[in-house]
Amino acid sequence: MSMLRIENLHARVEGKEILKGLTLTVNPGEVHAIMGPNGAGKSTLGNVLSGREGYEVTAGSVVFNGADLLALEPEERAAAGVFLAFQYPVEIPGVNNTYFLRAALNAQRKARGEPELDSMQFLKLVREKLKVMQISDELLHRAVNEGFSGGEKKRNEIFQMAVLEPKLAILDETDSGLDIDALKQVAQGVNAQRSPERSFLVVTHYQRLLDYIEPDFVHVLADGRIVESGDKTLALKLEEHGYAWVREHGEPAGASA
Amino acid sequence: MSQASPFVDASSAAPLPASGIAWLDASRREQLDAFVAAGLPDTRMEAWKYTALRALGQRRFAAGDAQASARAVDPAAFALPGVDGPRLVFVNGAFRADLSALNALPAGLTLQPLSQALRQDAEPLRFVLSRNEAEQGDAFMHLNAALSDDGVVLKLAPGAKPAAPVHLVFLGAPAEGDLSWHLRNIIELGEGAELSLVEHHVASGEQQHLGTLSNDIALRDGSVLRHVSLQQAAIGSSLIRRSRLHLGQRAQATSHVLELGGALVRHDLRAELTGDGARFVTRGVFMPRGRQHIDTQLAIRHQALNTTSDSVWRGVADQRARGVFRGAILVAPGADGSDASLSNKNLLLSPNAEIDTKPELEIHADEVKAAHGATVGQLDERSLFYLRSRGIPQTEARALLTAAFCRAVLDDLPSAPLREHLAALLAVELPA
Repeated sequence: MSMLRIENLHARVEGKEILKGLTLTVNPGEVHAIMGPNGAGKSTLGNVLSGREGYEVTAGSVVFNGADLLALEPEERAAAGVFLAFQYPVEIPGVNNTYFLRAALNAQRKARGEPELDSMQFLKLVREKLKVMQISDELLHRAVNEGFSGGEKKRNEIFQMAVLEPKLAILDETDSGLDIDALKQVAQGVNAQRSPERSFLVVTHYQRLLDYIEPDFVHVLADGRIVESGDKTLALKLEEHGYAWVREHGEPAGASA
Repeated sequence: MSQASPFVDASSAAPLPASGIAWLDASRREQLDAFVAAGLPDTRMEAWKYTALRALGQRRFAAGDAQASARAVDPAAFALPGVDGPRLVFVNGAFRADLSALNALPAGLTLQPLSQALRQDAEPLRFVLSRNEAEQGDAFMHLNAALSDDGVVLKLAPGAKPAAPVHLVFLGAPAEGDLSWHLRNIIELGEGAELSLVEHHVASGEQQHLGTLSNDIALRDGSVLRHVSLQQAAIGSSLIRRSRLHLGQRAQATSHVLELGGALVRHDLRAELTGDGARFVTRGVFMPRGRQHIDTQLAIRHQALNTTSDSVWRGVADQRARGVFRGAILVAPGADGSDASLSNKNLLLSPNAEIDTKPELEIHADEVKAAHGATVGQLDERSLFYLRSRGIPQTEARALLTAAFCRAVLDDLPSAPLREHLAALLAVELPA
């Protein structure tokens, strides 16, 4: 059974239609890269899937593990297993990073009817995950993302993903603003979490992230629709020819995934 | 007759407390006359511009609580973590020896009810109690001076530094009807003395009493006061307070103020930095909810060389609540080298909530550093979504962000258990 089935999705932001009939199916364990030029609707897709306010779905459906995802509140989607790694992680002064993460994990567990973790159990889990992400404890004691460098913020997103263990992780331009070392670290963290049960939507403008996170499928998003789908070689073609090539070459291919 | 007459009638119908001390009785009579002449302040007065007293003036309050000593009070109502030293408890304005802890006071500390101090030897209190400081808008303090027959007398000998904090509890208990109480605290720290003081307003049940309280706090040269003022009065009650601090040379006072309870709450917090090198730090939060009205008037006067004041305040209002903050800093002529900073940030959680803030700076000296600012905003939607996207439900996310917004106020509170307790009080779930 597919994990995520997006059918003919139309969405508006501030009255402007951004997604214009997007169709995509993701099976458990698959990594799908969504590439496209600026303004194609890449970030809108992540925001719509995670339930951000201000994104109005005007047509289409999104089914996640059999449930109508669009009917759920953002926190319910999180508990159901959807995780968005933000392009611009938010700084929240006054909220301790560890406290925040434990509150999030326990809220999700509670919503799923699982027992909450006490502070000892949580600390044990955090220590395990820290090793994978090579994050220093020091970041844990600071306020959420406050004063973090660009690389630290992105690593913190992936660290949160590691602790929350979602079924579907959406990485929104996780490579933006990273130098090559930070990019490798982030990719390593993501790869460590690949599993037959966990799927990824990797949204990116550039091919270079896909050198380190190898996708099973690559889709080109242009003008609110998927216009081309293929395997990882499609990303290389894009790198070579640019997005203009898709526009000339590709037919609208929303149903091809 | 002035518009305030029904309120005054109710107050003056009861006989003035008779102390048997001629100068005190005369002073009380004088103060009552001054109150009647002035009437309740109205919103045409700058200091009461945002706090209307018309509804309060229409109400009647019985004078005091004859049953106060018999009211059952669970000590858990005022228990605070990390606060287990000497304690003085008043219930509906009446001293309760049975709830207080006054045995084995640390060396150098005198702590007793004002009524007892007056019976023993009134003369040392004469200067403070007969001081008539008529200031416009201070009608309540005339009332307080006229009708207060009790309160706290706290004196700390020069150099004394008791380890445990002193806990002053003012508890409102449900009674047969609405009643009023008036208390006056006289606090003095001798040279080089150090004290932690927790002023705690709390309720053992819903009621709609009116309380007035006056704090006269004198810090002699080199003394240090750490003052926590936790106001959790009953949601229906009214509380009018004035705290006045005098700081001598190199004296230091830090006030952490949490204004959480009460229907109509007013606190005038005034500090006079009269000694060179004096330092006054305030950290405050006012959090009116529902239909609560909380008004804080902070006034700091730099009157000596190289004095410092540092004030950080946060306001949060939800539903139809109203917050008022005025922070007035005056640097007097000759107070060169003064350093004053004041910041007040406010959060409105509902379109019907209102916070009026007014920082004021008046400088008459040279080489002064001064900074002040105030903002009013709303919860950051991006932060809220970030928390929700991680699975934290909306109400919890709002509470978390609100507590975080206020958190800076508690950062440098020295007692960790108390700090955590207060932080938890700020992390309440607030409806829009």
